Amino acid sequence: MNKIPNRTVINDVLIDEAAKDKNIIVLCSDSRGSASLEPFSKTHPKQFVEVGIAEQNLVSIAAGLAACGKKSFVFSPASFLSTRAVEQIKVDVAYSHTNVKLIGISGGVSYGELGLTHQSPNDIANMASTPGLRVYLPCDRFQTEKLIRALLKDNEPAYVRVGRNAVADVYAEGNVPFELNKANLIQDGSDVTIIACGEMVQSAKAAGKLLKEKNISTRVLDMYCVKPIDREAVIKAAKETKLILTVEEHVKIGGLGSIVAQVAAENAPVKVVSLGLPDEAPISGTPEQIFKFYGMDAEGLVKKISELL
Amino acid sequence: MNLKRKAYELRKDVVEIIYRTKNGHIGGDFSVMEILVDLYYKQMNVTPENFSSDDRDRFILSKGHAIEALYSVLADRGFFPKEDLKTFVAFGSKYIGHPTNKVNGIEMNTGSLGHGLGVGVGMALAGKLDEKNYRVYVVMGDGEVAEGSVWEAAMASAHYKLDNLTAFVDRNHLQISGTTEQVMNQKSQEARWAAFGWNVISIPGNDLDAVDNAVELAKKVKGKPTVIIAHTIKGCGISFAENQVGWHHRVPNDEEYQAALKELDERGARYE
Repeated sequence: MNKIPNRTVINDVLIDEAAKDKNIIVLCSDSRGSASLEPFSKTHPKQFVEVGIAEQNLVSIAAGLAACGKKSFVFSPASFLSTRAVEQIKVDVAYSHTNVKLIGISGGVSYGELGLTHQSPNDIANMASTPGLRVYLPCDRFQTEKLIRALLKDNEPAYVRVGRNAVADVYAEGNVPFELNKANLIQDGSDVTIIACGEMVQSAKAAGKLLKEKNISTRVLDMYCVKPIDREAVIKAAKETKLILTVEEHVKIGGLGSIVAQVAAENAPVKVVSLGLPDEAPISGTPEQIFKFYGMDAEGLVKKISELL
Repeated sequence: MNLKRKAYELRKDVVEIIYRTKNGHIGGDFSVMEILVDLYYKQMNVTPENFSSDDRDRFILSKGHAIEALYSVLADRGFFPKEDLKTFVAFGSKYIGHPTNKVNGIEMNTGSLGHGLGVGVGMALAGKLDEKNYRVYVVMGDGEVAEGSVWEAAMASAHYKLDNLTAFVDRNHLQISGTTEQVMNQKSQEARWAAFGWNVISIPGNDLDAVDNAVELAKKVKGKPTVIIAHTIKGCGISFAENQVGWHHRVPNDEEYQAALKELDERGARYE
């Protein structure tokens, strides 16, 4: 089992790239430990800015640096970054069009036992509804690395959410298909499509295998690019399969499920069923316990699809 | 032209914009005018020619509602034709009612209060990192400093010893609902900023010489940022609007429009 969390991968990529590009600046809000940033701060102290526990200022400072030619990477727990600093993200980053990459760490229910204050079940909705802001939820360490390297090449703002814990690999080392803003087809099928993002891709992949054994031909799409969503892949799935099931570590309003349903409804109406977190503080537990409880693990997905077909 | 007179000429441009478009914040435009004139005509190294240079000084109008004052200054300095301002707040115009960096000469989009100082901290930090000599200027309103984000930024400015950052508080004592002391007490600005580790200079903010001296003094201070508490008069320049809360964003009627232009002419004429 992989032991490297996605946040650590981002840190490694940035240590590597910052050595070649002095304009890369990493900022955090007393979150260097939780963001795995100790190695970066020690390797590139001049390219590291600590702002203290002040998420609004964290984002404004990052925007000011970016307005002067820097490539700002902001690290803060997704729970705080995507709610406390919403207006700074809207105005100083997206509206002012500054090259700030917002990295929401310990996203979703990573801190499943710590209460809603430390969880971000609504970050996709907050960030994706911000005009001009892209939203990405990579699933494993390999895809996270590809994504960060791709984002380093552009000057547009983006929000990236990763979880706290190491997660199992979805892809195999050296074989990671990746095209920015294109969904990855993990498994093809013709009866049903599961569309997932972030750590839920793991559940979707496992469910796809289980369903195949039950002779349910299942397409599994890794929609790490929640915005801009891969409309083509959604429309194709809507036309070619009888049902779309979405699953995300997020409430059902304003997240992946909402966006997929909108694209499908406008272009190729098909039944779209969404799985996600409830419209209340989630039950306390480890992420695995929480996913199981809400039917978001592989078994839950299989059960739901079996009911629906 | 004498810059003191220039400040009155520009106020006339502001009156024209607001009267014609029936939109704007005349009170705050007029309180901040001497600050803008000193920065854009004398102190800052910013011109239409060098605006894309990394070495230019940076300016952020954090109290973005004083946009008519800034547009008037930028147009007069040649960043865009004065003629363009006829489209102020018109359908589809880029000259919207708050600063936007789609307009030549404007660095950052503002309007929601409490953002400019934090962005200015980032710009000043970038200058330090790149060992540039440019300075960063941020202008806030005194109602604005009720925003908590201002104090997050104030803390960081002192922590990072940003002596290349100069902030202004346009202390006109009025905000949309009344005096600052009625709405949310802002006394004493000087003591508050000093407590946060800033060099504090207190001046009569509609006195151009005082503004200029303060900006010069700030440039000499090492190891800490400077805030200039500019004690100004809201509506400064037209007697019937001065210190009147109602003139935060009132639009002059025909009679007031004529009277305003006449008085601004008279006041400006004192400075040949």
